[in-house]
Amino acid sequence: MRLSSQFQRLFALVSLCFLTVVSSVNAADLKLGVGADITSMDPHFVNLFPNNNIAEHIYGKLVALDANAALVPDLAESWKTIDPTTWEFKLRKGVKFHDGSEFTAADVIFTLDRVGKIVNSPGPFTVYTKGIASSEVVDPYTIRFKTAAPYPLLPNDLSTIYIVSKKVAEGATTEDFNAGKVNIGTGPFKFVEFKRGDRVELARNENYWGKKPAWDKVTVRILPNDPTRVAALLSGDVDAIENIPTPDFAKIKTNPKLQASTKTSWRIIFFHMDQFRDQSPFVTDLEGKPLDKNPLKDLRVRQAISKAIDREAIKSRVMEGLSLPTGNLVPSPMFGYTPELTAEKLDVEGAKKLLAEAGYPKGFGLTLHAPNNRYVNDEQIAQAVAQMLTRIGIQTKVQTMPMNVYLGRASKLEFSFALLGWGASTGESSSALRPLLATFTPEKGWGAFAWGRYSNPKMDALLTEALATIDDKKREALLQQAAVISMNDLGILPIHHQISTWATRKGVVYEPRIDEYTLAQEFHPQ
Amino acid sequence: MTSFVIRRLGESLLVLLVMSLLVFAGVYAVGNPVDILIDPQATQEDVVRLTASLGLDKPLWEQYFYFLRQVLAGDLGRSFMFNTPAIDLLLNAMPATLELAVAAMLIATVLGIPLGLVAGLKADSWIGKTIMAISILGFSLPTFWVGLVLVMFFAVQLGWLPSSGRGATAELFGVPFSFMTLDGLGHLLLPALNLALFKLALIIRMTRAGTQEALLQDYVKYARAKGLSAGRIIGVHVLRNIMIPIVTVIGLEFGSTIAFAIVTESIFGWPGMGKLLLDSINTLDRPVIVAYLCVIVIFFVVINLVVDLLYALLDPRVRLGGESN
Repeated sequence: MRLSSQFQRLFALVSLCFLTVVSSVNAADLKLGVGADITSMDPHFVNLFPNNNIAEHIYGKLVALDANAALVPDLAESWKTIDPTTWEFKLRKGVKFHDGSEFTAADVIFTLDRVGKIVNSPGPFTVYTKGIASSEVVDPYTIRFKTAAPYPLLPNDLSTIYIVSKKVAEGATTEDFNAGKVNIGTGPFKFVEFKRGDRVELARNENYWGKKPAWDKVTVRILPNDPTRVAALLSGDVDAIENIPTPDFAKIKTNPKLQASTKTSWRIIFFHMDQFRDQSPFVTDLEGKPLDKNPLKDLRVRQAISKAIDREAIKSRVMEGLSLPTGNLVPSPMFGYTPELTAEKLDVEGAKKLLAEAGYPKGFGLTLHAPNNRYVNDEQIAQAVAQMLTRIGIQTKVQTMPMNVYLGRASKLEFSFALLGWGASTGESSSALRPLLATFTPEKGWGAFAWGRYSNPKMDALLTEALATIDDKKREALLQQAAVISMNDLGILPIHHQISTWATRKGVVYEPRIDEYTLAQEFHPQ
Repeated sequence: MTSFVIRRLGESLLVLLVMSLLVFAGVYAVGNPVDILIDPQATQEDVVRLTASLGLDKPLWEQYFYFLRQVLAGDLGRSFMFNTPAIDLLLNAMPATLELAVAAMLIATVLGIPLGLVAGLKADSWIGKTIMAISILGFSLPTFWVGLVLVMFFAVQLGWLPSSGRGATAELFGVPFSFMTLDGLGHLLLPALNLALFKLALIIRMTRAGTQEALLQDYVKYARAKGLSAGRIIGVHVLRNIMIPIVTVIGLEFGSTIAFAIVTESIFGWPGMGKLLLDSINTLDRPVIVAYLCVIVIFFVVINLVVDLLYALLDPRVRLGGESN
């Protein structure tokens, strides 16, 4: 009938639309797929990993972190202390901003001032600049910072501050940055365009003072959905992606058109255990009735728990090999890594014995909590740990929830046994010790994420001393001692360091980084 | 007619008010965005100061009345995460979502009505049965799975179409649309098809059922007896009479297509409102969540109104305003 012939025409039309869309790929263009949404182009608005990842391309900092999170010169050529409360930074000469103007100390002063003036930010950078009591420009290439007390971590803190141009960014708002009007830095790439929720376009800075990147044009595509990101790589829409989903890792590794690179991340996955309440909300006896005392306060019980966990099995079964079982707070070779703190080995009999000694030969009941959308396989890790604890008699249930709900409840200390991930983001171990293991002291900013409220005055004293010790060797030794004390106390229960992954098409290689950043300047044609 | 429209709008305002209160209380109960975003090195003092600077330390009712006052002044609030007015964010993402939804509804309607007619007219033939079998698949396969299969097949295996993203856009009346460029059309096709599949199945089934029912009616028999051509019987007598339920469904489904484009947008990396909503929920960005839901409610209200007005056009017996049914 007539209708069906119309149909044939319609179908022909539809199939016409399936024409191959051929995009011309320039050899010196790089397309990256990143896994988290980018909210702002203002490098000082909110301290958020995906935003910083873009800022790392466009802006320089006084001090940078290398692939292993060691401090390296960037816009400052050298830095030293003149006296215990004065730092002097010598700036690099002859560095040009993207608009051709010269970089000088005035831009540094302006940037620090701008960071302090940002309003409406839920996560400002001021925590890294408030240590500076006053700054003094000695000459256009020398700058001195006074601190209220000895402050050895100032260079680490300044490695988070992106330097903008005073000439261009004076009076600029976050909207000006989002619109691309004032995005002038000294970094290896120039800003081209920001399409919210979709992509950021960058172009090579031909006048970059350092090693020039290999790419003329870089497109950073925002692809938070895991299968979408993998499909974009498989179909050749992008040249490289970050965060390969663990189930796809083996397939990508064996795909002849692709290659994977991995690096142990500074992020540690661990559990907080309630060590301060006599009755913990989610610890019960075997019938589910409340206990008169909290077994997690007993070191022997915490040791039993640690011995019961088969970290190697979590690595091979849950993480597809993409984890490094640990007893440390930071991975090697980061500042503060302690070789003697090794991952606890599985010892079921020893665990049962310790549990019996502590007065729980038959175990007790426990509910552990974990987020289910934040860390790699967070929910599965929680389930594996629960089964391992149940094996030694601690009848364990698991409750998971999205991170936005989880964090709020956890910081109100609603949980007894809770999973958390932590990256020591200033590149040394005090940034894990201070918020996770130091005694909760809100006015000092200590123990902000110490949900178990672990407290040991000896470790607090060592940390206090370390944070006032300028000498790197001495400070590292103090931090290592503090780590040994708190980890032997099982102030937290370490599981593993995540291993970050990147996949690239053949012909492109990535120099992987401990800080999880995906930087176009570190991709190279093969 | 006018009183009908006014009454409708009054009801919608009430819906908006109740909805905003529910969302406000819901997000408030979940938590404080400062907890999620605060830097680990921050002190308690910083947290308190930041919470206060965003106005999040005030009691819920006070925050809500502040919000209502601002809305009356035409301000839906600023996003915590983007530091941009929430409504700007939505307007920015809206063309992408609207384009996707319109393309999906077009595919569903343009394919669905003729396919449904064929299935109704030739219910017992192999072609009718095949169409129905396909429509069952369209109903029962989950959208995200079909989306992934489409990507795997057309983008990864065949390499015909891009796997994700929106592609090049060109401006029409100052608004960027991707259907204006060939590259953009290529990017649009798969997500639109994915989003259309469920609606397509629905429209096929509605049209088929309507057609089969209409064919048994006396007026169709009479038209046949009069010797009218098959085309005229189907085009005028059958189609026009079954259009009312179909228009209703298309209208209502259009609203839900916009509201539930989230899954498709997420799978195809489509920078629309749904993706914005998901990200905002993850970071408890309340101004954006509230603004999104307000916009969606307004969409539904307007679409329902248009559908009601269309009834009157299609069926002269329908009188608006309750004078008759």
